[in-house]
Amino acid sequence: MTVLVDMWAYLTDGGNWSGSGGMLQLLGQQLLLTVTALLVAVAVGLPVALWLGHLGRGGFLAINISNVGRAVPTFALLALLVTADFPGTDTLGPYGRAGLATLIALTLFALPPIITNAYVAVREVPADVVQAATGMGMSGRQRFVRVELPLALPLVVSGVRLALVQVWATATIAALVAGPGLGRVITDGFFRTDYGKGLAGAVVVAAVALVLEGLAALVQRAVRPVPTGPPAGDAGPDGHGHASSAAGVEASSA
Amino acid sequence: MTLLVAAAAVPSVDAASQPSCYSRLVNEWFCLDYVQDRQSQILDALLQHVAITLAAVVLGVVVALPLALLARRFPRLETGVLGVSTGLYTVPSLALFPLLVPFTGLSPVTVVIGLALYALTVLVRAMLEGLRAVPEDVLESGRGLGYGPTRLLLKVELPLALPVVMAGLRVATVSTVALTTVGSLVAYGGLGNLISEGVSTDFRAQLLTAAVLCVVLAVVLDVVIVVLQRLLTPWTRGVRA
Repeated sequence: MTVLVDMWAYLTDGGNWSGSGGMLQLLGQQLLLTVTALLVAVAVGLPVALWLGHLGRGGFLAINISNVGRAVPTFALLALLVTADFPGTDTLGPYGRAGLATLIALTLFALPPIITNAYVAVREVPADVVQAATGMGMSGRQRFVRVELPLALPLVVSGVRLALVQVWATATIAALVAGPGLGRVITDGFFRTDYGKGLAGAVVVAAVALVLEGLAALVQRAVRPVPTGPPAGDAGPDGHGHASSAAGVEASSA
Repeated sequence: MTLLVAAAAVPSVDAASQPSCYSRLVNEWFCLDYVQDRQSQILDALLQHVAITLAAVVLGVVVALPLALLARRFPRLETGVLGVSTGLYTVPSLALFPLLVPFTGLSPVTVVIGLALYALTVLVRAMLEGLRAVPEDVLESGRGLGYGPTRLLLKVELPLALPVVMAGLRVATVSTVALTTVGSLVAYGGLGNLISEGVSTDFRAQLLTAAVLCVVLAVVLDVVIVVLQRLLTPWTRGVRA
């Protein structure tokens, strides 16, 4: 159990946090990587998935991409990208060595949950609501923006939340291929048999993961159409009723 | 040991003719010579990978079942069980293994327990959902036939929950295969060991071979579970056809 003592000593030593290569810098790197990868994945994946959901096509593809993605070890993909010649051998601005490879791998891993959830979310908007919207004379575009999107939002956000946590976890693994981020503390600790340091890194990574998850849960709660009631499907006597109630809450929370 | 022998034997044969496709000079991604020459090393890593994956999934199932039954029996426990297992799932794998090391040391046990904890989240949810999906009238008729709680569970509930549970098992197994590679941090990562060695020595053939084997292993285990499910639940076949 001396490892725990070593860990505490490492965590409470201010010198380990500050400066170049300190834990604060590594934490910043990893957050930067996570946020960048997530934003890229959202920018690329979300419009495509939402549009496919609106059209009602391509679901087979979306779901299967996610299942295949699960079978590919993150570590293997990172290793392949780092060893391949083009990305990541040089430094990439604030992302550090192996940064581009890490960024590519993280973005790829953020895509499946975002795409699957967004597609399913739009598809699961009740058919009678969509019909009611069409009956009111809404065009396809209006229906998408004013009915389908607000109702799909909670599930879409839960996909992004899932992606956020996965990306944070995966960003740690980048250290196994000398990538940036807090994983460095863990791998350094292990490769130099300084287990206290490794454990200290693990504690910080785990703590941040839980904080991120908590923040994401708060955001998700904020976008829920009916905050503390039965699920959206029971909100109104007819489709029109609950579409408008969802839109109303959405507007007030914005 | 085998690695040293193979490494020593190969250059003496090949250096005379031409550099093999996995030599320092060529370093190709695909290299059959590598696979043949290092057969035993690759096989060892693969076996370790399979052993760790299976041990973790089995441990996950063994722990998840009582937890799922408890959570169903006492709804108060349910939030706690699901909350704790989801919280564990949030902790990155590279962080989870070091967190276990003070208790389990640098051993395969660390990897197995860590991966089992991850599988647990998926499995407990799948089991709860599966048990809930059993129709109430089926349970009623079971009780009507004089089945006690244990017999009802074993003969009616568990078999009927199987399709949903197996779906969860597929997800858990496939992601466990992928996550096992991270175990190379504590030197027990199966194919992950080959990958990390490949990265540090810039050895492409080894890297790609190990990565491909990981995916193949995941697909094979997935197919095995699907076949198992079809054998265990013959009644679903007629419904689907």
